[in-house]
Amino acid sequence: MKTLRTASVALAALAAAGLAWAALVPPQVDSRDELFEIPKGTYARRMAGDKVEILPNRIDLTLGLNDHLLLRNLDDVPQQFGPVLVMPGQSFRLPFEVASTYGFDCTAHASGQMTIVVAEAPATPWDRLRWRWNRMRTKIRA
Amino acid sequence: MRTARFLAAAALACACGLAGAGEPTPIGLKAGAFDPPQAAAEFPDGVRGPDGAPLKLARYRGKVVLLVFGFTHCPAVCPTTLATLAEARKLLGADAASLQVVYMTVDPERDDAAHVRTYLAGFDPTFVGGTGAPQALEQVRRRYGVTAQKLPAAGGGADYAMSHSTSIYLIDRDGRLRALMPFGHSAADFAHDVRQLLALK
Repeated sequence: MKTLRTASVALAALAAAGLAWAALVPPQVDSRDELFEIPKGTYARRMAGDKVEILPNRIDLTLGLNDHLLLRNLDDVPQQFGPVLVMPGQSFRLPFEVASTYGFDCTAHASGQMTIVVAEAPATPWDRLRWRWNRMRTKIRA
Repeated sequence: MRTARFLAAAALACACGLAGAGEPTPIGLKAGAFDPPQAAAEFPDGVRGPDGAPLKLARYRGKVVLLVFGFTHCPAVCPTTLATLAEARKLLGADAASLQVVYMTVDPERDDAAHVRTYLAGFDPTFVGGTGAPQALEQVRRRYGVTAQKLPAAGGGADYAMSHSTSIYLIDRDGRLRALMPFGHSAADFAHDVRQLLALK
């Protein structure tokens, strides 16, 4: 019984420490690139009737953390990535410096629009928690 | 053993950090940069310049070219872009002589060479306009990934608007398509990027 209580306390302390770290330590990233790749064979899959979606309708970026949209075409034919025509083997890196909502025409989406939401870097503990939580969810979904 | 494991982990972390390091665009542009840059698509023969002669990008080799797509009846986006580019030329001072703005219409039905020339002169007399056969202009748009669509007037009259891509293409002195600047950037951003491209060897 005592062991269980000690383990619970230790677990709670660990969780609290983790939360404190997530709230207080400013996030750091290895790369500011938010990468979207068109894999080889995408054109062939589309021609075969496969509905291939590379870019989501909405992309969320954060200044200073992941504020470079990086599009890479690994296919054998030119690909339209939102507003950009990227040649085979070519990349396109678009940096963002201002927090705002950007709308781009995109024929690949049913709405004809792609939205990029660029947020300020998380400055408060609550913002950092929320950023880390959203980041984790995105990674898990991917 | 422990030391070796630590060194291996440190080396791996270092390598990952370097591989993923978020470099700015290769030449530090405000615009989105293509890597590697490729030759900008030349205009087909059906595209005509302000003098009625074929308009060719090659004519501006040695200058940085800002290629804009629009139409003279555009109520907001095109005038804003052209005014911004005119302002950028002023910011460039002497370097402006090494910049050429080329405005390609997406509305050849209404934009003949004379009309485009008069329209552009209102922003900057050095701006050059391109118009011509609809098929030729459509070919240019396809090569640059530009979309344009006719939108009928709300009241059903003869008038119409055009929905079109609003980004500006940056072509270096050697005729390579280097970058694409989305609509909304300031004149200072354009001046910055033009200077960066002019500084390229």
